[in-house]
Amino acid sequence: MSTVRLDAKTPPGPLADAWDNHRFSLKLVNPANKRHFKIIVIGTGLAGASAAATLAELGYQVDAFTFHDTPRRAHSIAAQGGINAAKNYRNDGDSVDRLFYDTIKGGDFRSREANVYRLAQLSLNIIDQATAQGVPFAREYGGLLDNRSFGGAQVARTFYSRGQTGQQLLLGAYQAMARQVGLGTVKLWVRTEFMDVVLKEGRAVGVVVRDLLTGEITSHSAHAVVLCTGGYSNVYYLSTNAMTCNATAIWRAHRRGAAFANPCFTQIHPTCIPAAEDFQSKLTLMSESLRNDGRVWVPASPDDDRPPRQIPESDRDYYLERVYPAFGNLVPRDVASRAAKRMVDAGHGVGARKNGVYLDFQDAIARLGREAVAARYDNLMEMYNRITDEDPYQDPMRIYPAPHYTMGGLWVDYNLMTTIPGLYALGEANFSDHGANRLGASALMQGLADGYFVLPYTIGDYVAEFLNESPVPTTDEAFAQTEAELRERISGLLSMNGNRTVDDFHRQLGRVVWDECGMSRSEEGLDRALTYLPDLYEEFRSDARVPGDGESLNQTLEKAARLEDFFELAMAMCVDARHREESCGGHFRVEHQTPQGEAVRDDEQFTMVSAWFWTGDPTRPLLQEEPLAFENVQLTTRSYK
Amino acid sequence: MNITLRAWRQAGPSDEGGFETYQVSDVSSDMSFLEMLDVLNERLTLEGLEPIAFDSDCREGICGACGVMINGRAHGPQAATATCQLHMRSFEDGDTITVEPWRAAAFAVIRDLVVDRSAFDRIIEAGGFITVATGSAPEANLTPVPKETAETAFDAAACIGCGACVAACPNSAAQLFTAAKASHLSLLPQGGAERYVRTERMVDTMERFFGSCTNHGECEAACPKQISIDFIAMMNRDYVKAKVKNRGNA
Repeated sequence: MSTVRLDAKTPPGPLADAWDNHRFSLKLVNPANKRHFKIIVIGTGLAGASAAATLAELGYQVDAFTFHDTPRRAHSIAAQGGINAAKNYRNDGDSVDRLFYDTIKGGDFRSREANVYRLAQLSLNIIDQATAQGVPFAREYGGLLDNRSFGGAQVARTFYSRGQTGQQLLLGAYQAMARQVGLGTVKLWVRTEFMDVVLKEGRAVGVVVRDLLTGEITSHSAHAVVLCTGGYSNVYYLSTNAMTCNATAIWRAHRRGAAFANPCFTQIHPTCIPAAEDFQSKLTLMSESLRNDGRVWVPASPDDDRPPRQIPESDRDYYLERVYPAFGNLVPRDVASRAAKRMVDAGHGVGARKNGVYLDFQDAIARLGREAVAARYDNLMEMYNRITDEDPYQDPMRIYPAPHYTMGGLWVDYNLMTTIPGLYALGEANFSDHGANRLGASALMQGLADGYFVLPYTIGDYVAEFLNESPVPTTDEAFAQTEAELRERISGLLSMNGNRTVDDFHRQLGRVVWDECGMSRSEEGLDRALTYLPDLYEEFRSDARVPGDGESLNQTLEKAARLEDFFELAMAMCVDARHREESCGGHFRVEHQTPQGEAVRDDEQFTMVSAWFWTGDPTRPLLQEEPLAFENVQLTTRSYK
Repeated sequence: MNITLRAWRQAGPSDEGGFETYQVSDVSSDMSFLEMLDVLNERLTLEGLEPIAFDSDCREGICGACGVMINGRAHGPQAATATCQLHMRSFEDGDTITVEPWRAAAFAVIRDLVVDRSAFDRIIEAGGFITVATGSAPEANLTPVPKETAETAFDAAACIGCGACVAACPNSAAQLFTAAKASHLSLLPQGGAERYVRTERMVDTMERFFGSCTNHGECEAACPKQISIDFIAMMNRDYVKAKVKNRGNA
C-alpha cells in the first residue's frame, strides 16, 4: 500500500486574511453548471443537514442519507448548553482573535491555527443565519440576544436556547434542508445506512448503502462524497452519545485509505450522572452551563458519610475553586474531569457507589432565588430528578466524567478533504479544530461552520475539474466489487451463531477502552489493551450471536456491524495513545505529569498531528506526521490558576 | 421487581401481528423502561428467539425516536415523559404491562414496536421553514424579538416529533405536531413574511395523511413536551385567514 503525502493546504499570508484569500483562489463553478454535479452527503445532523441545504441552494444535486427515520433524530439534537460566537454583544472584550486564542489554548496547542481562526471568524455568520431561520435563542427583555459563559473562557459569548440549543440549531438546519427536499434539489434517503465508500483510480466516486428495512444493498455514485457522521465515543459503550452513534462511516473510509488523525484525542465530559448499575445503557450529560452557577465540592474527609446538607462548609473541599482560583468551576473540561477523578480515586467520592462529586446550587439559589435558577436550568434539574429520583434544588447533584466527544477523526486539509480525493469529512467526523480538547459550546459552532460556510465554497474547487463528466456509473466494476465484499461480511455476521450477545461484547470492549485508554493512559495499560483487544475481537467473531436474517429490519445485525468497526478503532486509539509520549488536553499519560498531577506536554516532539494509515492490521497502522506551526500564538503551558 | 410483559410482535408491514407474553424477573426500579426491554432482548437472543424491535436513540427525551403505547397510553403513565425517560419505579412489582406500537393509519407498523412516521417530514417539507438561503441573513441583533414572544416560540419549538399526539388522538390527527411547528416560526418576526403561505401548505399536506381534529385534547395530555393546544387555535386562525385573504398562492 502507498500513503499519500499530507498537504494541509493551509493558505499563506496573515492569518486574518487567510480564508478570504483562499476563497478568492478557489475555482468557481457557474450556477448553470452546478446542477450537473452530484454530491452525496452521509449523515444529516448539524454538519450534514447544513451542508446538504447549502449545496442544494447553490444548485448542486444532493443525495442525503441518514440511518434514522428522519434527520431530526441526529445526535446533534442532544447538545444542551450553547454555541459560541465572537459577537462581543456583552462588551466584555471578546473578539475573533480572543475566540481563536481561547480555542487554540483550550485545545492544548494541538490544532491548526488557520482552521481555528476561520472557525472563529465564521462564528459570527452562524448566529446571524440561525437567528434568521427562527432558532429561538434566549433574549434579554429589550429583545436582543442573551449570552452566558462557558468553560475555558473569561467572556460571555455563548448563545443558547434554554438547555436545548442543539435541538433548536438542528431543527433550523433540518428545516433548511427540508425546504430543498420539497423543491426536489435534495433527495433524502432515510433508514439507509452508509456501509462503504467506493473508490476508482484513487478517488471517491460513490457509496454502498444498506436499506435497514429490507436489507437491500445498493450503490450510489456522485462527483464527491461528504461524511458528516459524528464521533465515536460509543467505543466506550457507556457514553453520553445516543445509542446508535457509531464510527462505521469514518472507519470504513479509513480502511479505504483515508488517514485517521489523533484517534486517542477523546473528551471525557466532567458533568454527567454517574453510572448506577450494570444494565445501564448510556450516561446522561448535565450541561456544562450548570458550572456557571453550581459549585463543585467533595467531603474534605474521605470517611465522611454524612448526607450533603449535614456537611458544614468547613468540612467541604471546593477543590476546583481551591486549585484553580482564576477559572474556578469554569476550568476546561479535561481539567475538570481529571480533578474529579483525582478526588474519587482518593476516596472522596459521593453517592452509594462513591463514584461522583457534588455539583451544588445552594449558593446560587440563595443569591438569585429558586425561580431565577429554574429559569436557567429547570429542564436539566428535571432530567436529573427523573433519572436519579433525587431533587437537585434540595440536595446537590452527583456528577462524574463520562465519554462525550471525540476530537480525533478523519484527517482533513483546509478544504475539509480527506486523504482520499473527493471524500470530505465535516463536523465531529473530522479532527480539525479542537486539538486535544474541545471547549464547551464549540461543537455546534464547528459543525455548522463546516456545513454552511466552508464546504460549500471548497467543494467547487474539486468538482470543477470534472465539468461535463458524468459520475462513474454504478454498473462499474468498482461498485460491484465493494457490494460483493459487503454481502460477504454481512452473511459472515449472520452465521456466527455463538453464545454471547453483541451488547455483551460491546460492554466488555467498552470496559477495556475505558480502563486503559480513558481518562488516564499508561504504557503498561495500553500494551495490555493491545494484547487483549485482538483476542477479544476474535472471540466476538466466533462467539457472538446475531439472530434473524438480512432481509428485514434487524437491529442486532446493525449493532454487530458497527461493533466490528469499534473493535478496530479501539486498537487504533491505543496505538495512538501509546505513541504520543506526552500529556495534552484529554490525552493524559500518567508518565507525563507534574508532581501536582497536571499534564506535561512535549512540544519538541509532539507539536504535530498523528495521521494513521490503514495497513490491514489494526494494531499496526502506518504513521505520517503533520507538523503544527504556531506563528500567531505563543506555545505556553495552559494555566487556569 | 417481577413484571409480566405483553408485547406486540409483528414480523413486517404486511404480516399479521399479535401479543406475546414474557416474564421479566429481577427488574430494578432504577432501570428505564427501555433498559428493561434491553435486558429482555438479550435474554431472548440467547434463547434463540428474535428480540423485540423498537426505535430509541438519545435516551434523554430529546431526539423523539422512541415512543410506544404502554398500557394504552402514549409514552406510558408518567406525564410529560418520553418512553426513554420512564423508569420502572413508575410500576409495581407483579404488574402486567402491555406494550404496543403507535396506532394510526399514517404510521404503518414496520416491525414489532417500530412505525413509519415519515408523513411528519412531508409536512415540514411543504412549508415548515423560514426561507433564508445560507449567507443571506442580516445581523442577528438587527431584529429585536420580545422576550415573551421568543419564549412562546420556544415552547412550540420544543416539539420532538415523536408522534405521541397522533397516537393518542382518537382521530389520528396531527394538529398538535403541525401547529407546534407552524407556530414556532410564525410567532417570530423572522417567520412573519411566510406566515400564511406556510400555514396553508402545512395544513393541506397534513390533511393528506392524517385524520381531522375534533378537539379531544388527548394530544396535549400525551405530549412529552407539554405543548399546548393553544397553538392549534392559532394555526386554525391563520389557516382561515390564509384562505379568506385569497393570497394568490392557492
